Amino acid sequence: MHKKFSTTALGLIMAMSVSLAAEAKTLVFCSEGSPEGFNPSLYTAGTTFDASSRQVFNKLVEFTTGTTNIEPGLAESWDVSEDGLEYTFHLRQGVKWQTTEGFTPSREFNADDVVYSFARQWDKNHPYHGVSGGSYEYFNGMSMPDLIKDIVKVDDYTVKFVLNRPEAPMIANLAMDFASILSAEYADKMMEAGTPEKVDLEPVGTGPFQLVAYQKDAVIRFKAHPDYWRGKAAIDNLIFAITPDASVRYQKLKAGECHVMPYPNPADLDAMKADADINLMQQEGLNVGYLAYNTQKAPFDNPAVRKALNMAINKEAIIDAVFQGAGKVAKNPIPPTIWSYNETTVDDAYNPEAAKALLAEAGVTDLKTSVWAMPVQRPYNPNARRMAELIQADWKAVGVDAEIVSFEWGEYLERSKDVNRDGAVLLGWTGDNGDPDNFLAVLLGCDAVGGANRAQWCYQPFEDLIQEAKTVSDHDKRAELYKKAQIVFKEQAPWATIAHSVVFKPVRKEVKNFKIDPFGGHVFYGVDIE
Amino acid sequence: MFRFVITRLSQLIPTFLGITILAFAFIRLLPGDPVTLLAGERGVTPERHAELMSQFGFDKPIWQQYFLYVADILQGDLGNSLVTRRPVLQEFFTLFPATLELSFCAIVFAIVLGLPAGVIAAVKRGSWFDHSLMGVALTGYSMPIFWWALILIILFSTPPLSWTPVSGRIDILYFFDQPTGFMLIDSLLSGEKGAFTSALRHLILPTIALGTIPLAVIARQTRSAMLEVLSEDYVRTARAKGLAPWRVVGLHALRNALIPVITVIGLSVGVLLAGAILTETIFAWPGIGKWMVDSIFRRDYPSVQGGLLLIAGIVMIVNLSVDLMYGLINPRIRHRR
Repeated sequence: MHKKFSTTALGLIMAMSVSLAAEAKTLVFCSEGSPEGFNPSLYTAGTTFDASSRQVFNKLVEFTTGTTNIEPGLAESWDVSEDGLEYTFHLRQGVKWQTTEGFTPSREFNADDVVYSFARQWDKNHPYHGVSGGSYEYFNGMSMPDLIKDIVKVDDYTVKFVLNRPEAPMIANLAMDFASILSAEYADKMMEAGTPEKVDLEPVGTGPFQLVAYQKDAVIRFKAHPDYWRGKAAIDNLIFAITPDASVRYQKLKAGECHVMPYPNPADLDAMKADADINLMQQEGLNVGYLAYNTQKAPFDNPAVRKALNMAINKEAIIDAVFQGAGKVAKNPIPPTIWSYNETTVDDAYNPEAAKALLAEAGVTDLKTSVWAMPVQRPYNPNARRMAELIQADWKAVGVDAEIVSFEWGEYLERSKDVNRDGAVLLGWTGDNGDPDNFLAVLLGCDAVGGANRAQWCYQPFEDLIQEAKTVSDHDKRAELYKKAQIVFKEQAPWATIAHSVVFKPVRKEVKNFKIDPFGGHVFYGVDIE
Repeated sequence: MFRFVITRLSQLIPTFLGITILAFAFIRLLPGDPVTLLAGERGVTPERHAELMSQFGFDKPIWQQYFLYVADILQGDLGNSLVTRRPVLQEFFTLFPATLELSFCAIVFAIVLGLPAGVIAAVKRGSWFDHSLMGVALTGYSMPIFWWALILIILFSTPPLSWTPVSGRIDILYFFDQPTGFMLIDSLLSGEKGAFTSALRHLILPTIALGTIPLAVIARQTRSAMLEVLSEDYVRTARAKGLAPWRVVGLHALRNALIPVITVIGLSVGVLLAGAILTETIFAWPGIGKWMVDSIFRRDYPSVQGGLLLIAGIVMIVNLSVDLMYGLINPRIRHRR
């Protein structure tokens, strides 16, 4: 992207003198890659969300920074109808849009903007639907097209969403990045000018930072939105220095060329801990790494066999060898940072002798199977090959012969969905909206068999619980149902739950109030530097 | 000479056609398709998958896709990236100046150091200088770029030395128009104090990292070519005539020794572009190397095809120029056909 920016218009950044730093506070984030674009509804990568939805835009409801809890955003409050089919949002007044080089807003935020932002993704006949390639994978992935029956502007500051069926995670969905609110006025102007794609490249939001300039693979420059409705950000300039290599990011952090960096190399963690200039923050990730049996194939259709194989796996050894300490043993299918996490479930403890006995009891001898190892590094599994080797050795010790298989990533994802697939698949999941439904229904529901449900596991007592939890809007009642579902999951053991990653975030000491986002994002509103 | 150029240019056409086929086939032979990779663990329904594939035109028969692709190329259209939806040509030429600037500096670095070093080693054959130079050259040649680059950063960019910046093209606080895309030129044009120095300082380590292998190759090639030439009769004659030793070496010998060296320099352009991929990733250098790797991982068909085509075109042009240069350097080689 080549953009013309005059030096004088935005020449707040002139030299690296200390006196200037005292006047304008600049925070540099060594980000890991280039965003795909600046409209979060078109894309699915966290890198894109960091550069767009998390700085430039707001949503109707938002996650409180550092948590998975929901707080009011552009909607001040909302009501849910008795039958759970109507969500009415009362919008915030006096919210100002950003003024950029290409757009000067003539009005404040209102219901038209909300309707535009969703209609573009939802209505195939909307003039903006096909702009910039027009694929809205998250909107589709969260089943919004089937779910939404209508979006109605009641008045300038009230919008009503009508659903086809009750869906309790709806509010959490609206806090996700794809639900960012864009300006309808800007969209209209660009359409008139014949350049609709500018909406997606030169974003205008209501959020704390506005885009100043972007150079692919080099740098993204933001400045604080002076009229931000929550109050102007403490830092004046936010710069993303795009630095793809993790070791180099660490060197830049050490040299003071950036203040915050994502995704450190596990090998560098010890040195970071010892570094007096660096504050190494950590938090459990919103993810789970698992081994999914094919529960439709003998002998894995027998829960006792699955439990026996679980007991044969030494998970502590995996945490040490594969995660190098940057992980925690998982016992439930949802991570502990999600509400309704059941503390009381008991994990299948490592016990090869008991495992052997249990297998013999089930009449399983000379079992030959396979373990699938993913070809890529993921937060929930930094080295699937190594993990598979450890599991192979553990199973060997109880008399089970496992062969390790792997495919190219796209192929792996496809083939592992097959109901007739042989063997146990290593895979994982990172949460989208912090709702338990996003793990339990997406990964273990009956609808997902032959798809994301790699265990091909459809178990009625479990299904009943998670379906009921979808229709209840009372938070405590839902939590109760999900806690029960986790107990059923543990008894039936369709997966060996392996690990939750631990996310590390090295931050320079002068950075204040930075919080790790459980969704893996980077939020710079509220952050200050001394 | 003119006819020679025309013949060579016409030979480029089949080569170019071959490259379109290779580029087209290569990315499609890799397993996995862009839609599945875009979706990741989240997955897409088969219907949605089919819808997206048809939106990209990948549902058409393969031969039809190829002809559409070639037809577009002939109209100067390399398609749009599947990821950013921007024209491939535009993305390439936004990033290419960065690669060109770095490669140019690296090759200049390699020639400026490699040529004299090779000549001295040949003249002082068997000396300690010769031995240690050849030892260093071998080490330089066998060093993995990513490792060498990281060592340079750790040594020179972080405390206690902190002589050079870690990565990037210019200090992040400089912010000006970049009409040419070449940071050295743009920083001068901007008129900002210290900008040029900053750009220059940012070039040092990537230049060394990328230039090391060509430097080693050039030094070794110069040395062996010089050794051969120095034992020729005409060199002995020149010496016997009583010419100054520097004239014998610098004019009579070096000029003839340059032919194989130029060939090696021409060939190292390909090597440089390959090395640029690693160097650019490490030094966060916004060039085409990094862009190509990302595109391959995402199965961004149009970007990979377009990128390969353009890079191949550049390598072909460089090789053509090298062929033409032979004649300029050595009058014995004249192209009349």
